[in-house]
Amino acid sequence: MLNYFPEEVLEHVFDFLTSHRDRNAVSLVCKSWYAVERFSREKVFIGNCYTISPERLIARFPRVRSLTLKGKPHFADFNLVPHDWGGYVQPWIESMAKAGVNLEELRLKRMLVSDESLDLLANFFPNFKSLVLVSCDGFSTDGLAAIASNCRFLRELDLQENEIEDRRGQWLSCFPDSCTSLVSLNFACLKGEVNLLSLERLVARCRNLRSLRVNHAVPLDALQRILAQAPQLVDLGIGSFVHDPDSEIYNKIETGMQKCTSITSLSGFLDVTARCLPAVYTICRHLTSLNLSYAPGIYSDELVKLICHCNKLERLLVLDTIGDKGLGVVASTCKELQELRVFPSDLYGVGNAAVTEEGLVAISAGCRKLNSILYFCEQMTNAALIMVAKNCPNFIRFRLATFNPTAPDAVTMQPLDEGFGAIVKSCKGLKRLSVSGLLTDQVFLYMGRYAKQLEMLSIAFAGDSDKGMLYVLNGCKKLKKLEIRDSPFGNAALLADMGKYETMRSLWMSSCEVTLGACKTLAQKMPRLNVEVINESDQMEASVDDKHKVEKMYLYRTLVGPRKDAPDFVWTL
Amino acid sequence: MAKDAGLGLETELTLALPGGGGGDPNGSMETKQKKRVFYEFSGEESTKVAIKNQVVGWPPVCSYRLKNSFSGEEGTKIYVKVSMDGAPFLRKIDLSTHEDYSGLLMALEKLFGCYGIGERDNSEYIPIYEDKDGDWMLVGDVPWQMFSGSCKRLRIMKRLDAKGIKLHAEDLLKGISMEA
Repeated sequence: MLNYFPEEVLEHVFDFLTSHRDRNAVSLVCKSWYAVERFSREKVFIGNCYTISPERLIARFPRVRSLTLKGKPHFADFNLVPHDWGGYVQPWIESMAKAGVNLEELRLKRMLVSDESLDLLANFFPNFKSLVLVSCDGFSTDGLAAIASNCRFLRELDLQENEIEDRRGQWLSCFPDSCTSLVSLNFACLKGEVNLLSLERLVARCRNLRSLRVNHAVPLDALQRILAQAPQLVDLGIGSFVHDPDSEIYNKIETGMQKCTSITSLSGFLDVTARCLPAVYTICRHLTSLNLSYAPGIYSDELVKLICHCNKLERLLVLDTIGDKGLGVVASTCKELQELRVFPSDLYGVGNAAVTEEGLVAISAGCRKLNSILYFCEQMTNAALIMVAKNCPNFIRFRLATFNPTAPDAVTMQPLDEGFGAIVKSCKGLKRLSVSGLLTDQVFLYMGRYAKQLEMLSIAFAGDSDKGMLYVLNGCKKLKKLEIRDSPFGNAALLADMGKYETMRSLWMSSCEVTLGACKTLAQKMPRLNVEVINESDQMEASVDDKHKVEKMYLYRTLVGPRKDAPDFVWTL
Repeated sequence: MAKDAGLGLETELTLALPGGGGGDPNGSMETKQKKRVFYEFSGEESTKVAIKNQVVGWPPVCSYRLKNSFSGEEGTKIYVKVSMDGAPFLRKIDLSTHEDYSGLLMALEKLFGCYGIGERDNSEYIPIYEDKDGDWMLVGDVPWQMFSGSCKRLRIMKRLDAKGIKLHAEDLLKGISMEA
């Protein structure tokens, strides 16, 4: 009987479970397994920081060493959520400091982080090793200086796409000479200058450095010196790649690159002279990951020339300046491609070429291992989507955005229902879907019927009636996150199956047909949900009509009731 | 572009959808056409610049990327017309995507499929530009920033048409050698 296994054996077996889902499942088996699991869990993942309180987390997992927290809802990325909506990391760090948690790793996404928080982090956790901040803000280079100065065993400082205030405090120079433990350093998103000499010295003494991504203020000659010190790099993010290609420095870079035989991931080129690009051709053939989506200075021709050398590529992020033709080259060169993201380069309608459905079809035909796509395009057709569905049945993530959010099939002028229907029918493992274009309730019928593994769905300007939303809520059994904007779904859809929301992480609805009264009803009937209404307009009277349509609603399951840090414009009903 | 006042939307500008979409039988296009003007705030001045035909948060590009992945700052693209003697139509080029004269010349060469514009010895063509005062100037005399700020249009002129004007080899694009 499994009950009679000694706990040490159980714990040893659980050590092999790395995914938090597996650990969650295991802890539900019986009380003794719950107890063993909770004392042995070191890595905790909290998808919504308001689902649980820091105190309860620490009580259940006293040995937590690594914490991942996510704050704002996804649509905050697109300016749909006010900046100070919430998602503060401070209470978490305070609680862990008080409880003497031996925190080693903190990974945050869309959270508000202050310099005070970073200071606490740096001073109260002597074994702190790894800080990863994605799309966070609220802090400055002073906070980074605190981390650099005090975290004696820091291995990883990874700053991705954060808004960081530059206080010009030479934070990089704060790493003491005794710091030799860095394995990963990413400050590409920093706007200000860094002390180049400090950077070079830091790289020289951190012999285990594997990943380095610098910002635009690191010029090519400094890069050359850095590479000379760190030929062992596996992941490189280039800052400025601007130089006269006929110069000595350029030749040195070229030879330097040849020595970096371990680089498999390349990104950056935040400033670039295209004629210098041939210097990197030598590392292209080893690359598995290439991110040129922040390099608008590389035009289509040079981009294509570069990609021709990258036949081992598994992950590619580019701007749509690549064009359909360029995507054709990707299709014939990158046979190992699994993930592709094509971002718009021109949002101001000045007429630069974008990509169309042709590029997507070409990719699907050439890259049969494709499982993840994010594609911003001028136009789409059902025929193209049907072809893509046929070529690539292995999609796990499929995200499409047409520039005109309700654009119909560019050829037939019909809704894109059939195209997306083909995608969900063919891709049985689809977990994430974002749809775009002219769409009726029919597409949601297909989703409900076929998208059985779907966990996250983003809907914008789609559907005709409540039926659309109901198809999804009823059919997509594994749905965790649903975000809807500007679609005609209302109270009937919202209230049809209130219990469903406890099986999901969250629901976002903005500019839909949902009224305040319905939100109140839902909040009243479901005490384990927080139903938040965001009301930014100036007319914030106390007695707003229940018949009033709600501009933005965000609801999520929680074990700790309404949050206490909600600002004035957020009403928790 | 404001909708009819009859809809009572005095405080809110709405824009009709580009293209309008099609095939909707139920007349719920009203809801779908509800739009707000997208405001771009630039720095401390908080000047609002309405960007045509845009909707808040669409296309769904994250705000960090919006601020950082476009060459130069948003809204400061400098498109100028470029004419080339003998070519049947003009082109347009964005000066803000270049940081020096050599980049500009390369782009011009690509645009018209001709090489050697403004080169010292073999210059069949000479690049000139019309400045803010309406005067035609030789490209390359002044620092790049000054040039890109005052250039209204470009012309790639045949050297033969410049007869009578003594242009020494070193005059041509001395700005380039200054930049290098």
